[in-house]
Amino acid sequence: MQMFIQEVLATIEHQPVRLLTILRKIQNRYRHIPLAAIEQLAEALAIPRTQIIAVVEFYSFFHLTPQGRYEILLSDSITDLMLGQAANARYLAEKLGVEPGNVRHDGLVSLNFTSCTGLCDQGPAALINGLPVAQLDFAKIDSLVGLIDQQVPVEQWPAAWFDVNDNIQHPGLLLNSTIKPGQGLAAAWQRGLAATLQQIDQSGLRGRGGAGFKTAQKWRFCAEENSAQRYVVCNADEGEPGTFKDRVLLNRYADQVFEGMTLSAMIVGANQGFLYLRGEYAYLYQALEAVLLRRRQQGLLGANILGHGVSFDIEIRLGAGAYICGEESALIESLEGKPGIPRNRPPYPVSSGYLNQPTVVNNVETFLAAAAIAAHGGQWFASVGTEKSAGSKILSISGDCARPGIYEYAFGTTIARILADCGASEVLGVQVGGPSGTFISIEEADRRLAFEDLATGGSFIIFNRSRSIFDIAKNFTDFFAHESCGFCSPCRIGTSLLKKQLDKIVLGHGSVGDVVELESLSNLLKQYSHCGLGQTAANPVLTTLQRYPELYQQQLKQISYEPGFDLDAALETARQMANRDDAAAHLQQVED
Amino acid sequence: MPTLTIDGQTVAFQPGQTIIEAATAAGIYIPHLCHKPGYSPHGSCKLCSVTVNGRNCSACTFPAAEGQQVISNSDQLQQDRRKITQMLFVEGNHFCPSCEKSGNCQLQAVGYQLNMLDNHFPHFYPQRKVDASHPDIVLDHNRCIFCNLCVRASREQDGKNVFAISGRGINKHLIVNADTGLLKDSQLTVDDCAAHICPTGAILIRHTAYQRPIGQRIYDHHPISEVALEQEHGK
Repeated sequence: MQMFIQEVLATIEHQPVRLLTILRKIQNRYRHIPLAAIEQLAEALAIPRTQIIAVVEFYSFFHLTPQGRYEILLSDSITDLMLGQAANARYLAEKLGVEPGNVRHDGLVSLNFTSCTGLCDQGPAALINGLPVAQLDFAKIDSLVGLIDQQVPVEQWPAAWFDVNDNIQHPGLLLNSTIKPGQGLAAAWQRGLAATLQQIDQSGLRGRGGAGFKTAQKWRFCAEENSAQRYVVCNADEGEPGTFKDRVLLNRYADQVFEGMTLSAMIVGANQGFLYLRGEYAYLYQALEAVLLRRRQQGLLGANILGHGVSFDIEIRLGAGAYICGEESALIESLEGKPGIPRNRPPYPVSSGYLNQPTVVNNVETFLAAAAIAAHGGQWFASVGTEKSAGSKILSISGDCARPGIYEYAFGTTIARILADCGASEVLGVQVGGPSGTFISIEEADRRLAFEDLATGGSFIIFNRSRSIFDIAKNFTDFFAHESCGFCSPCRIGTSLLKKQLDKIVLGHGSVGDVVELESLSNLLKQYSHCGLGQTAANPVLTTLQRYPELYQQQLKQISYEPGFDLDAALETARQMANRDDAAAHLQQVED
Repeated sequence: MPTLTIDGQTVAFQPGQTIIEAATAAGIYIPHLCHKPGYSPHGSCKLCSVTVNGRNCSACTFPAAEGQQVISNSDQLQQDRRKITQMLFVEGNHFCPSCEKSGNCQLQAVGYQLNMLDNHFPHFYPQRKVDASHPDIVLDHNRCIFCNLCVRASREQDGKNVFAISGRGINKHLIVNADTGLLKDSQLTVDDCAAHICPTGAILIRHTAYQRPIGQRIYDHHPISEVALEQEHGK
C-alpha cells in the first residue's frame, strides 16, 4: 500500500488541495481509507491526520471501515422510490443476504442507500462500484447477484446495463443552437472581450444554479478585484434531488461548457479553471478528460489559446458524495481538499474564493449559455423569456409523467404547458426546484417558470394523485437531515429535530400543539441557518403545510398531548429484569 | 469614527470590526458561545444572530458598516436564541446538577441569561464517550457543542492542532490528533490554551473540580452579560 500511495502522491504532485483525489483512489483500491494510509498521507502532505479523518468522515463515499468488493448504492431520491426502489432494496437484501447499511460477512458485497444519483428519468437507479445502473428491476437483480456470487468483475458485466440515456425530449433556444468548438471564443476575440462582456450583460443571463445572480456582474466584480491570480470554477455538483440536466449537458455538450469557462477566464483574467464534478458522476470523468485533451490539441485550452497568447487550463476535481458542496463556498472548501463547510460571507468568492483568490463560480448551464451568447450575441438570448428572466431554462423532468427527460423552455412558460408536453395526468402537484424549492398544487398550474415566480435550478418532479404529501415531505426532510454539514447549530440540530417532529405527526403520534411546533421549528431553521441548505430545509414542510393544512390536522389525535415515544415499549427492559408481564407492568400510551 | 445603531443606540466602531466587537466595545452584550475575542471568528453557534437592515446574520462574523441598523435585544431574537440554546442542550447530554463545570459553564449561563426554563425539544440522548486517558485533562464528549474554540485555540495559540471536528450533520464529533485517537497520546498539555477554553464541561482540568465550591462560582452571582463584557471589553 505504501508504494501505491507514493505513486498516487506523485501524480497529484503532493498537493494537499488534491486530497479528495487521492482519497478516491485509495477508497477505490482498498474499499476504505486504512489508518496506515492516513498516517502516510499526513506525513507526506504535512497536514494533521485529523484533517484527513475529518474529510473521510464528511463525505459519504469515503469510509474508515472496508466496504464490499462490490459496493452497491441505491438511490433513495423520491423519484427512485416512486419507481419501486423500496421493493428493489428488499429483494436485493434478501438475495444477497445483507441488509442495507451493511457489508456482507464475507466482505464481498455491501449495500447502502445514497442520495439522488441524477438518474431520475430512468430510475430506479443504483451505483455499483461507481458505475450507473438505470432501471433496476428484479430481473437485473437476479443476474447481478449471480455475477457477484461468481465474483465476475464489474467490467465484464453486460455493458448495456451501464448505458445512460440523455432523453432530450424538448430542446429549446440553447439546445437547438449549440456551437462548434472554438466558435464562441473566436467570436469573442473578434468582437473584443470588453464588448463580449457587454453582450453577456445585455443578454440578461442570470446564474442557472437557482440563485439567479447576474452573470456579467459576477464576472465584472471578479475582474475588478486587485489580484495576480484568479480562478474560474464550474459547479457540476448537481445534487438537488430530481436534477440531472448537467449530467446530460456534460455528456453531450461538454465542449460548449468548457468553452464558456474559457470565455469567462479570458474576460476575468484567470489562467486556471476547475470542473467540480459530483462523485456520483465519476463515470463521466474519462470522456470529459478526453474532451479537455482534444481542446488542448485544438489550441482552445493551454498556453496560447487561439494563438492570442492567452493561457488557461481546466482540471477536473471530483466530489465524494455531499450535497452541500453544491453551495459555492462549500464547493471551494472541497476543492481545497477540506470538508465542504460553507464559509462566512462576506467576503464572497468573487473577491476571496479558491485559495482566497478572486473566483467565479457558475453552474454548468450558465457556462453553456455564456458560450452561446458569445457566438450568437446578447440580443439573441434576451429576445426570449420575460423581462426579469431572460432566455430559457433547461429542466430535468421526472416523476409521474409519460415522457421524463430533458426539456428546455423559455422563461415565462406556464407549468400547465410543461405538464401537457411531458404527458402528465391526474396531477396532484409539482416540486419545482427540488426539495429546496417549492411544492405547488395543480391549482397553481397557471404559474410561470421565472425567477420572479417559480425559480428552479432545473428540478421538476411531478406527483400524481396516488401520491401522499407526507411521503414527499418526509423523504425531503430526511434528505436534508442527512446532508446537513453540521456546522451551525440551527441546521445541525434543527434538521434532525424537524425529521423527528414530522415523523411524530406522520406516524399518528401527533397532538394539537405538534403542527404549531413543526411550523415554529421550520421558521427557526429558515431564519437562522448559516447557508441555503438550512434556510431551505424546511421548505418541503412549509410549502405542503401551507397548501394542505387540513391533511396535517387530520393526522393529529384528538387529545391535548401525547408523548413522543412509546411508553409501554420503554418499559420492556424493566419487565424483563423484574420477570413480570402482568397488567400492572404495562402502561397505556394515553389515559382513557 | 463611523457609527451604526444597535437597538437604537448609536455606536462608534473602528473600520474592520465585526458587529459584536463594536457592541462589546460600546458595552452592549450580545449572547454568544463560539465567539471569543482574539480568535478567528467562526459563526457556528448562531446565538449572536442579530437583524441588520432587516436581514439576520451572525454578529461575530458580519462586518460593521456605516449606518447599519442592528436589532439585537428584541423579544423575537431573545426567544429564538433561547430555542437555539435549548437545541444545544438536547443535542448532547448536559446534566448540570452533576457536572463539575456548573456555575462556571457558559452554556448554562447563557441558558439563565435567556430565561431558559426547560429543554423544550425531545432529547437525542446520544451515546458518547469520555476520554479519561490524559493524566491532567478529561475530555467528556457528552458536553461538546462543536463551538470549535478548542480547535482554534490549539491551532492558533498553542501551534499544535490537537483537535478537529469530524463527521457530518448530527453525527459531528470532536476528534483528537493522536495515532490512538486518545488525549494521552496527543500533544495537549495542561498549560495549553486549548485545555482551558471550553465554554462547557467537555474539556476539564483534573484535580481542580470542586476547589471553588458551588455558590462561589463565576456565574453564581453575576449574569454572563456582565461577566462577558468585563472580560471581553477592550480586547
